[in-house]
Amino acid sequence: MHLWNTILNTLPFDWAHYPFMQNALLAVLIAAPLFALLGCMVIQNQMSFFSEAMGHSAYTGIAIGALFGMAADPALFMLLFALALAAGIVAVRRYSTLSNDTVIALVMSLVVALGVVLLSRNGGFAKYSRFLVGDLLNIAPAEILRLLVLAAVVVAAWLVLFNRLFMTSLNRPLARSRGVSVLPVEMIFSMLVAAVVTVTIPWIGLLVINSMLIVPAATARNLARTTAGYVRLAVLLSVLAGVLGCIASYYWSTATGATIVLVACGFFALSLPFRRR
Amino acid sequence: MLSGMTQPAASTAVSAFPPGTACAGCCTRLVDFGVRLGGTQILENVNLHVHCGELTAVIGPNGAGKTTLFRAMLGEVPHSGELRFVHEGDSGRALVPRIGYVPQKLDFDPASPVTVTDLFAAATSRLPVWLGTRSATRSLAVEALARVDVAELAECRLGQLSCGQLQRVLLALALHPLPDLLLLDEPVSGVDQAGTDVFYQMVCRLRHQFDLSVILISHDLSEVARHADRLIFLNRTVLADGPPARVLADPGVRRTFNLDVILPRKTEK
Repeated sequence: MHLWNTILNTLPFDWAHYPFMQNALLAVLIAAPLFALLGCMVIQNQMSFFSEAMGHSAYTGIAIGALFGMAADPALFMLLFALALAAGIVAVRRYSTLSNDTVIALVMSLVVALGVVLLSRNGGFAKYSRFLVGDLLNIAPAEILRLLVLAAVVVAAWLVLFNRLFMTSLNRPLARSRGVSVLPVEMIFSMLVAAVVTVTIPWIGLLVINSMLIVPAATARNLARTTAGYVRLAVLLSVLAGVLGCIASYYWSTATGATIVLVACGFFALSLPFRRR
Repeated sequence: MLSGMTQPAASTAVSAFPPGTACAGCCTRLVDFGVRLGGTQILENVNLHVHCGELTAVIGPNGAGKTTLFRAMLGEVPHSGELRFVHEGDSGRALVPRIGYVPQKLDFDPASPVTVTDLFAAATSRLPVWLGTRSATRSLAVEALARVDVAELAECRLGQLSCGQLQRVLLALALHPLPDLLLLDEPVSGVDQAGTDVFYQMVCRLRHQFDLSVILISHDLSEVARHADRLIFLNRTVLADGPPARVLADPGVRRTFNLDVILPRKTEK
């Protein structure tokens, strides 16, 4: 952390000297690769609606936190609620004849409405609207530590689970025939997505959180020729968009999360002419 | 699956098999196999005895439980009854069979950057595919692909392959490592006639070469009548079981598939 600050202080730009920018950039360097790693698999599993639903359900976690008197820092309740919700959706999907989309839409309807109803009692919703947009420049060193723990969990899971998840995404019985325990693997993956989305919402904002997962991975998917190339390129693009977006938001005085997503969308547009066939 | 293998119920069920199916070498047995999903009994009392080197085709109307049978055999859906594999060299000891499976289709986006080698690496190696692929894994994949004459496809993306090529890649994967039992779920749906013939010839050759038990689900009765050693007519349970000519003469089979119109008796051998 100290080393990071020292390096940035030597840079000849004024943004590099503010502690809030130093913290934000460090957070981006940790979080961006996570978004990319998960994003590739979210796209491959056609789960982008699921991750979107996870973002939208965050308010219910906040509301439950508020009920327990934790309105100031509801992160723990948001996380627990999202993990339970993710596991619940996977389980319902497994044992229901409804289509995937319908299950997610139904659960999301219930959860979002519940969250908004709880938080809007007595006209108090406005004080929670900061979660819509997020504020990366406000991230504290202790919160960066949270991100670091999350990163360690995701990378560890990605070392152990990636191949199994890869097989599961192609065909469940085929994965089963190769000895993959399909349901636990899907469950853990969904919970990882839920955890990453929920933990980062206060800084990125729930309006654009899903784009952080999807856009860099979708760009890499246009260009890569192999799975390894796909994931590596997604990580690179995600970090690049994160850093550029963060700096741009300093100059433009805009919301950082949304600015990062705009840069990532710019990369996507640039990738279109170079799509491999 | 293992726990029930010494139950006396199993031995009584075995004696219920029709005479003439005594097992010479290795074989796979389903004993009182049943599947119940969401309150619906999809399969019940399925008793099957499949021999090594034998190509058994499962036919039946849509919704008969054919694919569910495979999913249950793979352990992807819960089942009652037993699946047992007996090998000659193991003095009749029951083992959990290693099952190779060729699905009807893969759920992948044709534009996604997944190569044939990626598929093999994910299925056979511990090293996560996103970190790269060891050269040993690569050469094993090429070796497995060469078995079904498609070694040149190793670096292709799945989306570039024709239906027939993809099915051969999946067959190569199912045979690596060599299974005790090979399950093929409508492996040639969507494949052209030439590709279908090549696929069947290949399966026939491989089952003799490696002494494989093969169970195949198919809708193409004329094709299975030509290639299968045995047909099983399944609709919730086994309704007919025997050589193709005999099963295709079964009144229930003829009614279900409207055979009196599309495959009149006189064309049968």
